[in-house]
Amino acid sequence: MSDQTYVTKDPRGPVTQLATPMRLDYLFTAGLSLSRNLRGYQRAEFVGQKCPVCGKVYVPSRGSCPVDGVALTEEVPLKNTGTVTTYCVVNVPFAGQSIKIPYICAQILLDGANLSFMGLIQECDVEDIHMGMRVEALWVDEADLVPSLASVKYFRPTGEPDADYETYREYL
Amino acid sequence: MSQIPAAKQGHRPVAVVAFAQSHVVRAETNSNEVEMLMPVVHEVFAKAGITKDDVGFICSGSTDYLIGGPFSFVTALDAIGVWPPKSESHVEMDGAWALYEAFVRLQEGDIDIALVYGFGKSSLGDLDKIFALQLDPYTMAPLNPDLVSLAALQARVVIDQGIATEEDFAAVAARSRRSALSNEFAQVRRDDSVEDLMAEPYAVSPLRRHCLPPISDGASAIVLVAGDRAFDLVERPAWITGIDHRIETHAIGARNLAVSTSTAKAAEMAGVGEGPVDLAEVHAPFASQEAILTTALGLPSSTVINPSGGALAANALMSGGLTRIGEAAQAILDGRAKRVVAHATSGPVLQQNLVCVLEGA
Amino acid sequence: MAEPTQVFTSPHVLEYPYSRSTGPVIGSFLTALRDGVLIGIRGTGGIVIVPPTEYDPYTSEETSGIVEVGPGGVVTSWAWVADPLPQHPLQHPFAWALVQLDGADTAMLHALDAGSPEAVSTGMRVTASWKPAEERVGNIFDLRAFVPEEAK
Repeated sequence: MSDQTYVTKDPRGPVTQLATPMRLDYLFTAGLSLSRNLRGYQRAEFVGQKCPVCGKVYVPSRGSCPVDGVALTEEVPLKNTGTVTTYCVVNVPFAGQSIKIPYICAQILLDGANLSFMGLIQECDVEDIHMGMRVEALWVDEADLVPSLASVKYFRPTGEPDADYETYREYL
Repeated sequence: MSQIPAAKQGHRPVAVVAFAQSHVVRAETNSNEVEMLMPVVHEVFAKAGITKDDVGFICSGSTDYLIGGPFSFVTALDAIGVWPPKSESHVEMDGAWALYEAFVRLQEGDIDIALVYGFGKSSLGDLDKIFALQLDPYTMAPLNPDLVSLAALQARVVIDQGIATEEDFAAVAARSRRSALSNEFAQVRRDDSVEDLMAEPYAVSPLRRHCLPPISDGASAIVLVAGDRAFDLVERPAWITGIDHRIETHAIGARNLAVSTSTAKAAEMAGVGEGPVDLAEVHAPFASQEAILTTALGLPSSTVINPSGGALAANALMSGGLTRIGEAAQAILDGRAKRVVAHATSGPVLQQNLVCVLEGA
Repeated sequence: MAEPTQVFTSPHVLEYPYSRSTGPVIGSFLTALRDGVLIGIRGTGGIVIVPPTEYDPYTSEETSGIVEVGPGGVVTSWAWVADPLPQHPLQHPFAWALVQLDGADTAMLHALDAGSPEAVSTGMRVTASWKPAEERVGNIFDLRAFVPEEAK
């Protein structure tokens, strides 16, 4: 035995690494507000929630207006259509990837909403995607609707003229 | 205008002007953290007569391990509405330490009002597994000692050293539950006899079920104000005349678990013994910890301990310590007390302790 | 909104396959466990700290000098677990114990496999019970548990 370290005769040599795996199980609670939004997906509907102070409509919502710090109490049904505010084209394969690359991931601002969220764009060549493109949601079959964004199969171009930059510049 | 009591550490005077808390419950199933916290923040602003725009600094205490998601304190800011952008900070500790940081921040003199809050939902995960992860990761955490077992090891030393008995633990639990009968926010509100409590089987000996804190969801919030401005907002601000926190070694086996040296040092620095103490809110989640703490705090026998029921009646993690400060301050705000002591603890078996002395003008 | 809101919940699992570098001091402790040996390290004033740390927990001075300790020791505190949790090291009733090993100045935590609470007391002598040598890998479970010394 040396003074500073313990010396072993074990052919495996000194221990230098220790596996410390951890696993924690939780039951996530969506809360009232997000639950209203999630229930909308079950009906193939985007449900926004309106701030009683500033009037902004959030989809999805976490239960408060992040600007005013008040509960969002008014449900606002939104249409299936929106505008691509920004996007990226995914070319990198990764573990668990379910979509064929290259594919488009876009931030979509639904008509009447004041918050964009991320969605998959299909039926659109990667060369054609651009900011301001008008898109619509395609929902899964009724039997497959679930209380999550998995109810949205993907978004696709509507063919309408592009949205005016001024309509989405605040949301970039 | 009333005189501000002299501060022990010669600091810029800072007072608690408002305190609010949620009803502490076993499981707040209808709300996520933001929804649980928001009404508490609204209430504390209303009590202080301010809005978020008056607040110069926000500091919160919470732990992401409870929710199982990273940076949950950032999303919790949605409960306040931090626009235009706010000066903000967070401690991965009980909100009592967030209050300490806000107190220090107010010393800089450029702002006068700070919001402090703590929140925690214990109902989402497995506390025994979560809190084992705060132990030494090589030689202790893999063994997965649970919270009750570690407290039981400490309780055994308390008994062996003649500091308290199992009957004393039961008496603490009975008194706490009875006190909580007059605290509408508490979770365990009962009138139990010591005899009945002693008839319970051991959870982990020497601790019976009544020695354990409830598992709780909850939040609390405090508004701190520096200088004379406190008198503009409330009649009787609760002035922080001393505050200090101390930590001991992480190695449980290197500590005398029946003695809280860190609490004693913090109490000395905060000046607990330099005047009468009308009441003390002591953060002792396990009944066996109260005697350790009241001894370390050096409280006179006339001091009323935990009139709120304390952590044995409501144990919302990450806000329980802040609630102790709030409950103690409320007694001054209400004119029920002149000089009070609040204590908060963090870490395994009372590793880290904060002591705060508050006085009325 | 008249419709009562059902709040959705969802299971959420966090799982990380962490692997930690031990450093030379903790590494020495784990290596010794694999050999069926308990060690500590000397701190300020020559005290022996077990499990060893890189620093003295009281003075924060650097420690130095590996010392063999145990395998016997004294129980400084214990807690009887009648209903072990699934994550506990033993799945039958056992005691958690803080054990001050012979030659050590601090206590270490482990399970004490003693059969019944009547067999456990503060101050009792215990000794290390090892996993079979071929099963030891260099972690805290190489030390299966402590057991009452007379039972050994």
